[in-house]
Amino acid sequence: MDAASRLDPGKPIHSLKESGRARSHDAANQAYGRLSMRALVWHGTEDIRCDEVTDPEIEDPRDVIVKVTSCAICGSDLHLYHNLIPAILPGDIMGHEMMGEVVEVGSGVNGALRKGDRIVVPFTIICGECDQCKRKNFSVCERTNRNKNIADKAFGHTTAGLFGYTHLTGGYPGGQAEYVRVPFADATHIKVPVGLSDERVLFLGDILPTGWQAAVQCEIEPSDTVAIWGCGPVGQMAIRSAILLGAKQVVGIDCLPERLSMAGAGGAITINFLEESVVERLNELTGGNGPDKCVDAIGMESHVSFRQPDTVYDRAKQMMLMESDRPHVLREMIYVCRPAGVISIAGVYSGLVDKIPMGQAMNKGLTFRMGQTHVNRWTDDLMRRIEEGQIDPSFVITHTAGLEQGPEMYKIFRDKQDSCVKVVLKP
Amino acid sequence: MNMLSKFGNLSRRPSDPKVVKSGPKALAPSDMVARKLGWFSIALGMVELIASERIARALGIPGKEGVIRAYGARELSSGILSLSADRQSGLWSRVAGDGLDIGTLLWAFRHDNPKRDNVGLALVLVAGVTLIDLLTAQKVSARHARGRRQPQDFSNRSGFPRGLEAVRGLARKDMSSPASQN
Ligand SMILES: [Zn+2]
Ligand SMILES: [Zn+2]
Repeated sequence: MDAASRLDPGKPIHSLKESGRARSHDAANQAYGRLSMRALVWHGTEDIRCDEVTDPEIEDPRDVIVKVTSCAICGSDLHLYHNLIPAILPGDIMGHEMMGEVVEVGSGVNGALRKGDRIVVPFTIICGECDQCKRKNFSVCERTNRNKNIADKAFGHTTAGLFGYTHLTGGYPGGQAEYVRVPFADATHIKVPVGLSDERVLFLGDILPTGWQAAVQCEIEPSDTVAIWGCGPVGQMAIRSAILLGAKQVVGIDCLPERLSMAGAGGAITINFLEESVVERLNELTGGNGPDKCVDAIGMESHVSFRQPDTVYDRAKQMMLMESDRPHVLREMIYVCRPAGVISIAGVYSGLVDKIPMGQAMNKGLTFRMGQTHVNRWTDDLMRRIEEGQIDPSFVITHTAGLEQGPEMYKIFRDKQDSCVKVVLKP
Repeated sequence: MNMLSKFGNLSRRPSDPKVVKSGPKALAPSDMVARKLGWFSIALGMVELIASERIARALGIPGKEGVIRAYGARELSSGILSLSADRQSGLWSRVAGDGLDIGTLLWAFRHDNPKRDNVGLALVLVAGVTLIDLLTAQKVSARHARGRRQPQDFSNRSGFPRGLEAVRGLARKDMSSPASQN
């Protein structure tokens, strides 16, 4: 469909006068009487483009508009890139890891934020008032998913609204853009103290608390071996979290040398699963007991390899729409985990998985902990650790680029070219 | 757009940002050719599965319907793979399949085959497709391969400005956020 044909030129979204942030705009959108911005927009499988789109506007008194100064591409954006998560539409704006400056404040924000404040935007949108928010179970906030009726049907009960992550979780336009509207902004924000660079705090919005929550859920004891599958950005944060939380041994599992070297730098013993058997090596490292705690930082798109025949089986079933997710990591974790251990899942799963050995899990008495991250539950504590210099999450950034290079950066990140671990975009 | 999107009656809110001017398509020409070859593979595979008798008759090789159906199944799986993120494997499996097709057609290109002309025509067509498959497989592999550059060494990126040993286990003592509220 031609992009322009979807517009209705009769109704200007807002004029220069009321927007308060006059800036240049080209002739094409001047004709429609509106301002526009650049954003990374989903058009189809592996087709994310840098488009001109209309600016977001304040819709609700609790909204603010943020001028994005830094945003990042996340591993879970790749599930959308591959069109494996239901309910994304062509024209949706990508991105759920962003920060910037507040440039417009709705009348109902009540002093929680002011123009000029620097904030990190948590990827889970929270109301701060519902039962779940009061319990700090923020990722299952009961009020922020504006497609609650659909989510209630799909999940049984709705979960929180998320930025840039399909219409099942509210269809909120994402933050890989020059501007983003933050709904429920009086609760949905992390204020940045003066003096901290974007790079040091950006990841408070997702991957740092996600890795942290995965490790905290393990309830790590000083005698524990914690094995972490996947040394991507979340796995790297989980490794550092497990070190901070005092695990005896942390093990990082991946197949990419650059990521394994980064895992080693963070204090992990590394296993390259293309070179050695994960199960044998883990047993060797634990005197035959198996790791006490296992973290899945991979999720639904396990690496497919003939060394692990079940991944080929899953890939085939996934292609024939008989299974949505590839759970090789789960099977391996359940098998190798020490009895009475914990399986902590940070990687995203979207739907149905097949051949999960519940018999092993049940008889070994394993505890499963999982979930989207309750971001704001952890961010005050983590912000303090960043300020004190306990951790500096910017170590994970390997690529920084402008928004126009976004589509190419998606490809480089997906194909793991140029030793890419984490991409930050500067709109 | 995938399956569920069609069921759900989903739409964006009228107030959400709308595309004014679209940027360049992110898929490279080779990726788009790969997609077309994927669909071609699936279409051909279906025909080979459904109309194996007709094909066997046209090529003058009656009795070989089973082989043609097996080749159909092969085309289907190559096609599905060529449409996926692992499209390099799909395209290279097409190239291997082309070799198999050519071998079989050469075997059928005998002087005593009354349909020798048809077999010749099929050979020319398959040779053409093989060339496209080969070029596309090479281009797509070059575009998506990790490349020959040495992986970078990040062993100086600890993420612990105060050093690893200074912070090991620190959060056991100073954790201020609730460990669990579930
Ligand atoms: Zn993320
Ligand atoms: Zn809530």
